[in-house]
Amino acid sequence: MSAAPQKNKSRVIAVASGKGGTGKTTVSLNLARTAGAGVRLLDCDVEEPNAHLFLKADLLAEETAGIPVPRVDPALCDGCGECARFCAYNALACFDGPPLVFQDMCHGCGGCMKVCPRGAITEKDHRIGVVETLRAGDITLVQGRLDVGRAMAPPLIHAVKRHATGGGLVILDAPPGTSCPVIATLRDADVVVLVTEPTPFGLNDLALAVDTVRTLGRPFGVVVNRMGSGDGRVHDYCARENVPVYAEIPDDRRIAEGYSRGELLADALPEYRPLFAALLETALARAEGAA
Amino acid sequence: MKVAFTTSGDSLSAPLEQRFGRAPKFLVYDLDSGAFEVADNVQNLNAAQGAGIQSAQAVAKLGAGALVSGHCGPKAFRVLSAAGVKIYPCAAATVGEALEQYVAGALAEAGAPDVEGHWV
Repeated sequence: MSAAPQKNKSRVIAVASGKGGTGKTTVSLNLARTAGAGVRLLDCDVEEPNAHLFLKADLLAEETAGIPVPRVDPALCDGCGECARFCAYNALACFDGPPLVFQDMCHGCGGCMKVCPRGAITEKDHRIGVVETLRAGDITLVQGRLDVGRAMAPPLIHAVKRHATGGGLVILDAPPGTSCPVIATLRDADVVVLVTEPTPFGLNDLALAVDTVRTLGRPFGVVVNRMGSGDGRVHDYCARENVPVYAEIPDDRRIAEGYSRGELLADALPEYRPLFAALLETALARAEGAA
Repeated sequence: MKVAFTTSGDSLSAPLEQRFGRAPKFLVYDLDSGAFEVADNVQNLNAAQGAGIQSAQAVAKLGAGALVSGHCGPKAFRVLSAAGVKIYPCAAATVGEALEQYVAGALAEAGAPDVEGHWV
C-alpha cells in the first residue's frame, strides 16, 4: 500500500528579506488575499507587527505567551554554582549560596534545572507577550506582540507558529534581517520568498538572506519589488547564483498611494491580481517539489 | 581588604578601564600588604550577553570588598550588592590615581547603577 499524502500537513510559505522595507508585508498580504478561503497569515514580526493595519480584522482570541525561567528553592540549594556555569546566556550568577536569577537574560532552555545536582530548580512562567488571532473575511491573521522592554522574540515567534499546524495554506510574514527571529521564522518553512529591491542596499542584504536560507536548506526564490527604480545588479546576481526570480512588482506610484491609505494592492489595483496568483502558484509548486 | 580596579593593563600605571562588564582585566590590590594581582576577563569581553553579571561574579570570587571602575549597570550592580562588594565610580586616568583617590576617601560609594543596561 502506498503512503497517502498527509492531509493535515500545512503548506508553509515564508516571506522574508535581508533589508527592511522591501515589501514583505505587501507580498504576504496579497498572497493571502489571493489564496482566499482557509488561508492563515502569521505575522512573525513580533517586535512590530503591521499586517493588521491593512485588514479590517476582528479580534477572535488572545493568549499570553511566556518562557519557563528558573525558580530556585533556597532550602535545597547548596550554592554549588553548576547552574550558573552551565548557563550560556549568563542568566544566573552564583557565589556563596543560592544563585541570583536574571529573568530577562533567560532563553528558557531548562538546562539549569537539568544540571542542578540537588533538584533545587523548578520552572515558572515568565510572560513575554501575547498572541492574537484575528479574522478579516477569508483571512485568519495570527500575530505576536512582544511586551515592551522584552528582548526575546524567538519564543514568541514559536508561539505564533504553533498556529501553523493542522493543514491548509499558511503564510509567514517574517521580521527583517538575518538574525535569530528570522531563523525562528524560516527554519521549517516549505518555501521562502525573498523580497528585495533593485538597489545596492537591496542587493547587499539579499545576498545575506540567500546565505541564510541556503544554510537552513530551504527552497527559495526572489521577488524584485519596485522594478525600474534601480539597476540590473540584483538580476545579475540572481542569474550568477542560479536563484529563480519568482515575480517582479513594478515601481508604480499608485501602489505606494494605496499602501499609504492602508489598502491591499490586490483590492486597490485589480490588474495586479494575476501577478500574485502566478507567484502563489510558483511558490506552491516549489514547496511541493521540495516535499 | 582587597580593592578591584578595571584596567586594560598589568600595573598601577595602566589606564583605569571605564567599562566594567567588558573590562579586559581586573587589578586586585591588597590594602594591607600593598601587593596586587591581575586577573584576566577576556571571556567576558567577548560574551554575547550578561558580561556585567559574569564580571561581577568574577570580582566577588577574587575576594574584593570594593570595586573602582568607570561605570556600573543595573545587573552588575545587583550581583555586586548581593556579594557585598561596594562600588566606587571613578574618572581617574590610571589605576594608580584611582587607588590614591580611594585611599584618600575622595570617592563616593554608588547607591544605584549609574548607566542603563544594554543588549549589545
